Amino acid sequence: MTDTASTPRRGYGPLILGVVLITLMAVLPLLNVSIPGILPSATYEPGALALLSLAMVFAALALSYNMLLGTSGMLSFGHALYFGAGAYGLGIALKYFGVPLWPGVVIALVGGLVIALITGAVSMRVGGIPFAMVTLAFAEAGSVLVRRNSAVTGGEEGLSLNSAGVPDFLVGVVNSKNLYWFTLAIFVVIYLMSLWVDTSRLGRLARAVSENELRVRVLGLEPARAKLVVFVIAAGCAGLAGVAYMLLQSGAVPRAVSADLTITVLVMVVLGGVGYRWGAIVGGVVYTVLDQRLTVLAGSDAIASLPSLVRVPLSEPLFLLGSLFIVVVIFVPGGIAGTVDGWWARRRRQRRRDAIATLERAEGASESKEVGP
Amino acid sequence: MSTLVLVLITGAGLGALYFLVASGLSLIYGLMHVLNFAHGAFLTLGAFIGWEVARRLDTATWSTFFVSILVGGAVGAAFAALTELALIRPLYERHIEQVLVTVGLAFAAVALYQGIWGSDPIYIDSPPWMLQTTDVLGALVPNTYWVLMLAATALLASLVIFLRFTRYGTIIRAGVENRWMVTALGIDVRRAFTVVFAIGGSAAGVGGVLAGHYTGYVSAYLGSSLLIFAFIITVIGGLGSLTGAAIASVLVAVLQQFANYYLGGTGDIIVVVLLAVVLLARPAGLLGRAS
Repeated sequence: MTDTASTPRRGYGPLILGVVLITLMAVLPLLNVSIPGILPSATYEPGALALLSLAMVFAALALSYNMLLGTSGMLSFGHALYFGAGAYGLGIALKYFGVPLWPGVVIALVGGLVIALITGAVSMRVGGIPFAMVTLAFAEAGSVLVRRNSAVTGGEEGLSLNSAGVPDFLVGVVNSKNLYWFTLAIFVVIYLMSLWVDTSRLGRLARAVSENELRVRVLGLEPARAKLVVFVIAAGCAGLAGVAYMLLQSGAVPRAVSADLTITVLVMVVLGGVGYRWGAIVGGVVYTVLDQRLTVLAGSDAIASLPSLVRVPLSEPLFLLGSLFIVVVIFVPGGIAGTVDGWWARRRRQRRRDAIATLERAEGASESKEVGP
Repeated sequence: MSTLVLVLITGAGLGALYFLVASGLSLIYGLMHVLNFAHGAFLTLGAFIGWEVARRLDTATWSTFFVSILVGGAVGAAFAALTELALIRPLYERHIEQVLVTVGLAFAAVALYQGIWGSDPIYIDSPPWMLQTTDVLGALVPNTYWVLMLAATALLASLVIFLRFTRYGTIIRAGVENRWMVTALGIDVRRAFTVVFAIGGSAAGVGGVLAGHYTGYVSAYLGSSLLIFAFIITVIGGLGSLTGAAIASVLVAVLQQFANYYLGGTGDIIVVVLLAVVLLARPAGLLGRAS
C-alpha cells in the first residue's frame, strides 16, 4: 500500500537487524529480564513465556492477514476460519486419527489449504465490500459447524490436545521454553513467507491489482489467479499459526474460528499499520500485551473503587481496545508503522534539505570572497 | 401438512425479523457503499433500552410493548444518526476506513453493553397473547411471528411510501441510482446519508425489541448473530435493493427453518450454501445490478 514497503531493501542492514532480533528473542528464555507493567513475570518463567509465545502467534497471524489487506487490498472477515482449521485440524488429527505430531501438522495444513481454495474461489466472485461479507459468512458457517458438532470438536467446551502423539518436549508448562522456541520458529517461517510474497512477482502483481485491476488485465495478466494464490498462502500461514496456538494452549475453543478473532486480527494490523510487515508484528504484540494487561487492570482494586460511570468502561478491555481502534482509524491513518515511517521520511528529507542549504551557503560564501576586492 | 404450514409461517416470521435488520443495511450500502458492522450494536441498544423502559412500566401489557417499540426505534435512530455524523462523515468516501470504524464501534459497544448489563441473557416478559399460539390448518403458530410479520410489513410499506412520495425519498432513490449526478444537481446528499442511517437505525432498534420478544431474552450478543444473517441476505438479495432484501429475507428464513426441521438442524449451513450458489450463478445477487 505504501512505496516504502514495496521497494526492495538494499544492503545487509535489515538482514543483520533481523538476525540480531531473532537471536535476542531466542535467548530471552535463558535470561532474567523483568519488564514490570508489561510482562507478568521474569522472562525465564512460564507466565512471561506464555504471553510472549501468544504474542508471537498473533503477530504471525497478523502478518498473514497483512498479506491480504496490505499486499492485495482484500478486506476479508473470514481469516479466522483458516486459523481455526489449523488448530482444530491438528487437534482432530491427533485425537481421532492417532497420528504423531508432524503428520498431524501436515493434515491440518492441507485441510486448511483445501478449505481456503474452495471458499476463496467462491468469495472472489465478488470484490470489495461484498467480498468482506461473503468471507464473513463462510467463517460463520465454519464457526457454526465447530459449535454444533460437539462429538468431533467438543462444541462450546473446546477441543483439548491429545498429547499422546506430541513429543514430550512440547507438552506442559514445564516445557514453556521449548514451546516458546517452537512458536518462534513458526513465526520466523511465516515472516519469511510474508517477505517472499511481498517481494516476489506474485506479490507485486497482487499489489498492482489492488491499485488498478483494469490496468493489470489490460497488460494481459491474470489478476484473479494472483489474488487467489495470495489468499491461499495467507490462509496456509494462518493455519500454521493455528497449529502453534493449539500446541501452546493445549486446546482450541470455538472463538478460534469466530468472526471476533478475525476482527481482532484486523484491529492488530490496522493498529500496527496496513502494508508494513513490521507494523503487523508490532500491532500483534502490542494488542496481545495490551489485552492481557488491561484485563489485569480491569480486575484491580483501583478500578473497583471508582464510580460506576468510569468503572464500567475501564473494566472492559475490549471497549478500550475498540475505542483505541476508532481513534487510530480516524486520526492516525497509517497506524504505528505508517506514522513512524512518515516521520523518518520527513526527517531524511529535512536532513537532505539542510545539507543542500549548508552546501549552498558555503558555495555562496566562497564565491563572495572571490568576487570581493 | 401441519408441520409444513408451521415451517412456512415461522420461516416468514423469522424472515420478517431479518428484514428489519437487512433493510437498513441494504439502504445504507446502496446509497453510501458503507458496510455497517455497527448495525448489530444499534439493534442491541434498542433491545436493552426497550427492556429498561418496559421494566419501569407495567410489564407484559400491550401499552408497555408499544412504548418499548417506540423507544427502541428512537434510540436506534439516534445512535445511528450520531454514528453517521461523528464517525462516518469525517471519513467521507474512504470505504475501507468507514467499515473499520463501524467494526471498532461494534467491538466497543458490545463490550460496553456487557459491562453495563452483564454477559448473561436477561429474560423478558411479553404480553400474554404473544406467548400463546394460533391454530392455522392444524399448525400451532406462536403469536410472536404474527407481530414480527406485521412489523416488517409496516416497515416495508412505510419505506416504500417514504422513498416514492417524499422529497428525501426521491433524493435517496436518485442517490442509489447515481450519486454524482445528484450532487452535480446541487443537492446536499450528505443530509440524505444521515437520514438513511437514522432510518436503518430505527428499523434495527425496533428489530431489537422484537428480537428480544422472539427469543425471550436480551443479551449483548443479540445483534451480532442477527447481523451475519442480515449480511448474507443483503448479498443474496442484491446490495442496495430493498425489494431484493425483502425477498431474500423470506427465502433465507424459510429455507433455514426447512433445513432445521427436516435436515436435522443444518439451517445455518444451508444458508451459507445458498449464498455460495447465488454468488456462483449471479454474483450481483437476485435483484442487484451488475457492478
